[in-house]
Amino acid sequence: MAEILVLVDHADGAVRKTTTELLTIARRLGEPSAVFVGSGVEAAKDALARYGAEKIYLLDAPELTDFLVAPQAEALAQLVEQKSPAVVLIPSNPEGKEIAGRLSVKISSGVLTDVVDVQPGEDGPVTTQSVFAGGYTVQARVSRGTPIITVKPNSAAPEPADGAAEVEVVPVSISDAAKTARVVDRQPRQQSGRPELTEAAIVVSGGRGTGGDFASVEAFADSLGAAVGASRAAVDSGWYPHTYQIGQTGKTVSPQLYIAAGISGAIQHRAGMQTSKTIVAVNKDAEAPIFELVDFGVVGDLHAILNAATDEVVKRKA
Amino acid sequence: MNIVVCVKHVPDATGDRTFSDADMTVDRAGVDGLLSELDEYAVEEALTIAQASGGEVTVLTVGPEQAANAVRKSLQMGADKGAHVLDDAIHGSDAAATSLLLAKAVQKIGVPDLVVCGMASTDGAMGLVPAMLAERLGLPQVTYVVDVEVDGKTVRARRDSDLAAETVEATAPLVLSVTDMCNEPRYPSFKGIMAAKKKPVETWSLADLDVSPDEVGLAAAWTKVDSFTARPPRTAGTIVTDEDDGAVKLVEFLAGQKFV
Repeated sequence: MAEILVLVDHADGAVRKTTTELLTIARRLGEPSAVFVGSGVEAAKDALARYGAEKIYLLDAPELTDFLVAPQAEALAQLVEQKSPAVVLIPSNPEGKEIAGRLSVKISSGVLTDVVDVQPGEDGPVTTQSVFAGGYTVQARVSRGTPIITVKPNSAAPEPADGAAEVEVVPVSISDAAKTARVVDRQPRQQSGRPELTEAAIVVSGGRGTGGDFASVEAFADSLGAAVGASRAAVDSGWYPHTYQIGQTGKTVSPQLYIAAGISGAIQHRAGMQTSKTIVAVNKDAEAPIFELVDFGVVGDLHAILNAATDEVVKRKA
Repeated sequence: MNIVVCVKHVPDATGDRTFSDADMTVDRAGVDGLLSELDEYAVEEALTIAQASGGEVTVLTVGPEQAANAVRKSLQMGADKGAHVLDDAIHGSDAAATSLLLAKAVQKIGVPDLVVCGMASTDGAMGLVPAMLAERLGLPQVTYVVDVEVDGKTVRARRDSDLAAETVEATAPLVLSVTDMCNEPRYPSFKGIMAAKKKPVETWSLADLDVSPDEVGLAAAWTKVDSFTARPPRTAGTIVTDEDDGAVKLVEFLAGQKFV
């Protein structure tokens, strides 16, 4: 059976949900082998086995994580050379896309990024991408070399399946040329205790209309078990950190439910959330373009409405 | 520091962007275009660094005739000279071919201390070209940065990943890509607009770059679009005006959809 490489996204061995989604997609195409970079493979092994990884290729050299992407791309190219996989699947985050880009040039193979679905096809896997701020969907495939596909979070429902998860240590040699952009400091992000923005089933976002007070947005998000996001206007005003920005220049989310509070809905924002399944908006301006997108909208004061809605949700859940 | 900034002319996101029915490439002829907004941050960062360190900024683009507008806008902002790779055979090129053309053009200009790019284009938006360009030039990449400091040949930058805030250090020459958090792009001044008219812009064909036509364009692309579909417009939703019952109606809607 064709071997499918899946680059594991993890934090010290804690496997992120995107990896279980990628393993699920990989099983549609062939037999998944997980590629694990860095330390913590023992901790990750169970999770990878549970989602059908037959093998785990362990690439563990300090330079793989001390430098930006180039060494990882080099190691992956060596692995592709050795194993001749049918497809390489990589998480579609900035780092993943850059590894994919460098790998693509190294092995002269086509790359497709920000993919939201992958299905087997006669001439290799067929991907679906959502483009132009979600205005179009595009079906594409790689026409040269080993397909390299970066897949966005929430592109598949993770389905458990037993895998042997046999660990194979793969020696890699990293050239000096790849060891040039050194990560000199890494400050782990403070954990909010909320779901990861790009993985969350529900996202509640605040914009200019919050006036800088995110308390009601956060409280409503917590009542629903949701992640919190922010518009560019809110981030530019310094009200919420950049890593929570949703839109063209921030994160793209595609949750089951997206709630926009005090966000007008400019094209730049829509690009980051338009493919959400259900969209709700609360805004005091009845003319705000966000209302063109919504399944349900409330015109009114967002703080009053979200605070009352939070109480109502808590009451119903009690 | 001498700097090359790579910019792209893209269809205006506020207009109706679409694909050409004939060959499923992005329609660049039938729509208004402009300098990609995300590249304005790259131009601004290049100008700031060049002004502080002393050096020249060359703006580089690959694209059809109209792409000259993206070069002109960058020159109006303050870049010193321009280069435009223009050839009918380029139509339909993917990221692999685009990065090849940019790499060849950067080499023709003379590899500078910094190659600066925006984090992604606002049309294709794949964000692949900076990494592919770095790979082709054999240079380090410092990408998605939110803050940059240059000290001699050392570049120190901060970037935000999902899990951590990272500080990255590298020695020029290198490829830098900047996010919209990096700076506030300047508007061209009247003086800048007038001065831009006298700035030199070179136009290069594939032959000038020693690239064969069968290395670029749609036929040479490493990926292939099979079909495209406009997303069906969302059906009009229910909008209520809050009269002290908005919250309850909202939660009832959420409960009806099984979110509560």
